[in-house]
Amino acid sequence: MPNEMLDKYRLTASADQLCLQFAGDWRFQDGLPEAEPLLQQLRSHPAGRLSFDSQNLGKWDTGLMTFLVQLLAECSERKIPVDQSGLPGGVQKLLSLAHAVPERQGARRKVLGMPILTKIGNITIEMHRNWSDLLYFIGQIFFGLLNLLRGRARFRYSDLLYQIECAGPMALAIITLISTLVGMILAFVGAVQLRLFGAQIFIADLVGLGMAREMGAMMTAIIMAGRTGAAYAAQLGTMQVNEEIDAFKTMGISPIEFLVLPRLLALSLTMPLLCLYADFMGIFGGAVVSATMLDISFFQYYQQVQSAVPLKHFIIGVIKACIFGVLVATAGCFRGMQCGRSASAVGFAATKAVVTSIVLIIVADAIVTIACQILGV
Amino acid sequence: MKTTPHLDVRNLTMAYGDTVIQENLTFEVQHGEVFVIMGGSGCGKSTLLRHLVGLMHPADGTILVDGIDLWKASMEERNRIISHSGVLYQSGALWSSLTLAENIELPLAEYTELTPKQIDEVISYKLSLVGLAGFEDYYPSEISGGMQKRAGLARAMALDPDILFFDEPSAGLDPVSARLLDDLILELRDSLDTTVVIVSHELASIFTVGDNSIFLDPDQKTIIASGPPKQLLDSCKDERVRKFLTRAA
Repeated sequence: MPNEMLDKYRLTASADQLCLQFAGDWRFQDGLPEAEPLLQQLRSHPAGRLSFDSQNLGKWDTGLMTFLVQLLAECSERKIPVDQSGLPGGVQKLLSLAHAVPERQGARRKVLGMPILTKIGNITIEMHRNWSDLLYFIGQIFFGLLNLLRGRARFRYSDLLYQIECAGPMALAIITLISTLVGMILAFVGAVQLRLFGAQIFIADLVGLGMAREMGAMMTAIIMAGRTGAAYAAQLGTMQVNEEIDAFKTMGISPIEFLVLPRLLALSLTMPLLCLYADFMGIFGGAVVSATMLDISFFQYYQQVQSAVPLKHFIIGVIKACIFGVLVATAGCFRGMQCGRSASAVGFAATKAVVTSIVLIIVADAIVTIACQILGV
Repeated sequence: MKTTPHLDVRNLTMAYGDTVIQENLTFEVQHGEVFVIMGGSGCGKSTLLRHLVGLMHPADGTILVDGIDLWKASMEERNRIISHSGVLYQSGALWSSLTLAENIELPLAEYTELTPKQIDEVISYKLSLVGLAGFEDYYPSEISGGMQKRAGLARAMALDPDILFFDEPSAGLDPVSARLLDDLILELRDSLDTTVVIVSHELASIFTVGDNSIFLDPDQKTIIASGPPKQLLDSCKDERVRKFLTRAA
């Protein structure tokens, strides 16, 4: 500790009196003396009255206040009577303001590390709650859809059209880019291998089958999870933070019908269309690579695709896309509705929405693939 | 006595794009006074506050803080001025990913040389000043709106600023907390010579703490009265000001 710090106060002890003299400026911008040495000095003296002398005290601010608060806490713990009259008037008033509202009983928290078993338990309880929340949410959506079919849902068709526009036409650019590139990559990877056998023409089978059955739906779903699913979670999450969702509820309007259904329907309707579009874009990307690298003309490529990829593969892809659309919209809306009441909670909701969507997409894809295998399609 | 006013606003015009909110505002705020900005809803009180703290660029006119124009000052000078002022936003504006203690710690750790233990002491002292002793480890979303507001005040006061700006400080507080807040404002002024600028509707609080004030009008788009609030109540002839100050319909 620098010397000047030691000069800021001096404790003088007489018979049963302790007097603390302050000197110089006590501003925390300039640094403060530690309270601990003084507290130790205090402990070493027999309990007596503590008074203050602030004649030489210069400018002061919170720095002096925090020092005093610690000192007074120690004194009251050791039952040392304190005479505050030697302190400047402002200090006395600020001290009394600081004690005007006593600490609320039980408010203070102990931040302790949790034992591992507690952590596992908490995670398990959390997961259980998550799943039951999700089931409840799906149930609500189901009833909302029933109401919609009976024409009783509070539902605005303009909202649905707007959501379709957001999830459909506005997503075309990114879908075009990604699926064309995926088609080109598939063709490129295949071309290198197939050329070894002189079987270049089968590049069309590879790209056609790959896009129609698998990659078209999968890539569209993943793009839409990142683009639209996250947006749903962020929108609904922010509405949750601003109590807009509560406002719907107290007005007797179901947020499920008013907010979730348009989004769910929009994504379920646009996803199959986007998927078909992605299929064709991917196949087109393959054609470009075939034409430039393998000298396969567009016409040859087209004929080969036509013979190698029957309609049923496209249908399987589109069915997958429908499933993915429902999953992405449900995950996005669910995480949004589940959102907490702060800015960071909205971020969490968006992240969780994307992660949940992608996990669900891959799991669902695996299930559909196995089902197709068993059914022999 | 310091002679330069703490805030010197000259011919300030505020506008959002082409929409003029208020024009030709000229007033001074002296060191160590509590200055109240009054006016009906939508007259641009909060906008004026945003200008004073340097968040918005004036459409015309100048704002001098201790004689220095915020918008012409160098980066360092600007930062120095800004670090000597504290702002309490309408809804607290606490950083939601940080606990109350961390919210207050951030400016202290950035701008002072205090040891972590000393910072902890400052934090608990500031929280006890606003009646939130013991709430260090709570996240803003876990406490009530009024408590968030008080915590926001603790954060605004973290560095013992020379000037404090309050946007509707007592809105959302219970009468007792509002009263304690007034006491605190007066105490900051008296002990630490803090200048306080308040945007407020709360008549009781305006009369208790206000040393000086201006009254903005949304139709005339300028200051229609100025002076100590009590004096305005006694002697202002303007119908709109009288209505406001006496709650007359």
